[in-house]
Amino acid sequence: MNAQYSRPLDVKHGHVDLSHGSGGRAMAQLIEELFARELTNDFLAQGDDGARLADPRGRLVMATDAHVVSPLFFPGGDIGCLSVHGTINDVAVMGAKPLYLAASFILEEGYPLAELARIVASMARAARAARVPVVTGDTKVVERGKADGVFITTTGVGVLREGIDCSGARARPGDAILLSGSIGEHGMAIMSLRENLAFDAPIVSDTAALHELIGALLDAVPQLRTMRDPTRGGVATTLNEIARQSGVGMLIDEAAIRVQPPVEAACELLGLDPLYVANEGKLIVICPPEHADAALAALHAHPLGRAASLLGYVHADARHFVQMQTRLGGRRIVDWLSGEQLPRIC
Amino acid sequence: MKYIDEFRCGELAAGLAAAMRRDANPEREYRFMEFCGGHTHAISRYGIADLLPPNVQMIHGPGCPVCVLPIGRIDQAIRLAREQGAILATYADTLRVPASQRLTLLRAKAQGADIRMVYSTSDALSIARANPDREVVFLAIGFETTTPPTAVAVLTAAALDLRNFSILCNHVLTPAAMHAILSAPQGVPLDGFVGPAHVSTVIGSAPYEPFADDYGKPVVIAGFEPLDVMRAVHMLIAQVNDGRAVVENEFTRAVTRAGNLRAQALVAEVFELRESFEWRGLGTIPASALRLRAPFARFDAERRFTVPYKAVADNKACACGEILRGEKRPQDCKIFGTVCTPENPIGSCMVSSEGACAAHYTFGRFREAAA
Repeated sequence: MNAQYSRPLDVKHGHVDLSHGSGGRAMAQLIEELFARELTNDFLAQGDDGARLADPRGRLVMATDAHVVSPLFFPGGDIGCLSVHGTINDVAVMGAKPLYLAASFILEEGYPLAELARIVASMARAARAARVPVVTGDTKVVERGKADGVFITTTGVGVLREGIDCSGARARPGDAILLSGSIGEHGMAIMSLRENLAFDAPIVSDTAALHELIGALLDAVPQLRTMRDPTRGGVATTLNEIARQSGVGMLIDEAAIRVQPPVEAACELLGLDPLYVANEGKLIVICPPEHADAALAALHAHPLGRAASLLGYVHADARHFVQMQTRLGGRRIVDWLSGEQLPRIC
Repeated sequence: MKYIDEFRCGELAAGLAAAMRRDANPEREYRFMEFCGGHTHAISRYGIADLLPPNVQMIHGPGCPVCVLPIGRIDQAIRLAREQGAILATYADTLRVPASQRLTLLRAKAQGADIRMVYSTSDALSIARANPDREVVFLAIGFETTTPPTAVAVLTAAALDLRNFSILCNHVLTPAAMHAILSAPQGVPLDGFVGPAHVSTVIGSAPYEPFADDYGKPVVIAGFEPLDVMRAVHMLIAQVNDGRAVVENEFTRAVTRAGNLRAQALVAEVFELRESFEWRGLGTIPASALRLRAPFARFDAERRFTVPYKAVADNKACACGEILRGEKRPQDCKIFGTVCTPENPIGSCMVSSEGACAAHYTFGRFREAAA
């Protein structure tokens, strides 16, 4: 503890107050005793306004993601680890190796310091496990009622792997579409906690950092065209984004979509389509058809891709429809999500 | 998942499709109306049209509670929230229904009206209990399926002596709408109905008997799962081929002839027939909707507040009226998919996932693209 503070931060019983964001001693203490202690690394230890980074030797990739999930804690995770995973995944799906994170916190006056400490600890654990340090950060406090507990924005920097050219604009007719596992867990884990909705079945968020899975996949198949993590709006929205960006159509097979029984049951009950429910640890991969088997094998070899499946194929379609062969034997469009299915999911 | 997979099985569907192709007489057309939006949704979502013989045509009916709600009713709800300062509790389906002055409940909410989405009538009651100094109005909509929960809410409010709770009642009746469709002077030619699923669990199958006996139209009540719909269509084909017109029940796992007597008693205790009610698309239909009985008048937002109903004409370019009467298909509307989309609905049929236009836009419009 730094000797200049007469008393240590009361993490157990204290609350965030406006002085924690004022730039004064209370803020310095919060940063030192709560944030820096958990997220400790050489960059933060410099104590400067920014972090001096090593020469990355390659093209940089940068991504940012704001997290406003409600509730802040949910089965399988919390806003802390989610904010690490989300941004690592955004960098990784570009075909880059994530190197550093920056984190900015907006705290609501009155938020318990004990809960903030849990969130920061979870963030630190996730960053350590991913080996992607949080190298710089910022904290602001807003008056009670002007935020909802904690909002976290993370920004990630990574270096593009040599020879990799992944983009949502590169899908071509004939390409195979792969999906790394079962869908809808994150969204339904959140939904199951929302007011007035309680399910007995435990639905656990799939929040996870995908960069190691992606690294293994790129080792096996550097020819990948597109990778994207189907978060808000789910698999359906992500496929439509890629179809539009690449100017193609898609045909997927409903039988290849995996949904865990509790997720399926909760979706049935609420009238939701799991194709539109958010994921935080899943990957959509598009690759030339001749590499589909190798890509699938690489996914299957990693714990996060064990339930991967061949979802369908890209084809030429001037209207960029994503269509689905239903299990019943019919065909339908899998359209863009219209309206808001589940607000504040991440 | 058990009790779901059985009703969505591709092998069974292929078998039913083959049986329909075998039994449908190629010399004639079969035109069946699925009354319910739930069936419309199932037909589109599972691609059932691909599995029906080409000479069997499904015509979408008006059984979508949001679709038949006229503009003037949404206007009333918005006025309750804006002018009376009430908290308006509503099912999410109504939020995007177009009202006057380019408003929707969602836009009124964004502009500051206190409009809250609820999943059940008991949520609305909870809001009323939690806000004793505010008026709370529940926008009650729907056919016979959603009426009993509203009745329970009113009875609960009476038992708790909740002074700040009322409902804006828009509950409508299925058989009245079917009569209106069949008795329209230039009505659409129909060979039979796929009868409602959830509505029939409440009212039973008996109320459909006049459609078979008096109008000579076969009715087969069907569940909302895709195999239910396919089996019901097969049963309708058989009735037409045999020259029969009776009420048959495919949905025997949930529907009886008498229906849910307890729910019916609750509804009868709380509600009485309105003399007439304006439906979007079908016009003003006598004895087609409900209102609260006199002893419950204090829970009736229309009597509690001064928000008189004012009829407002639909957008002239919108064909929701013809579509709700089965006279046009969504793709026959001039503004379908161009001006009118789920993101910017002009007519109510583009709003709810049960609406014919939204279902066709969301699931089926690739068929026109290919044609």
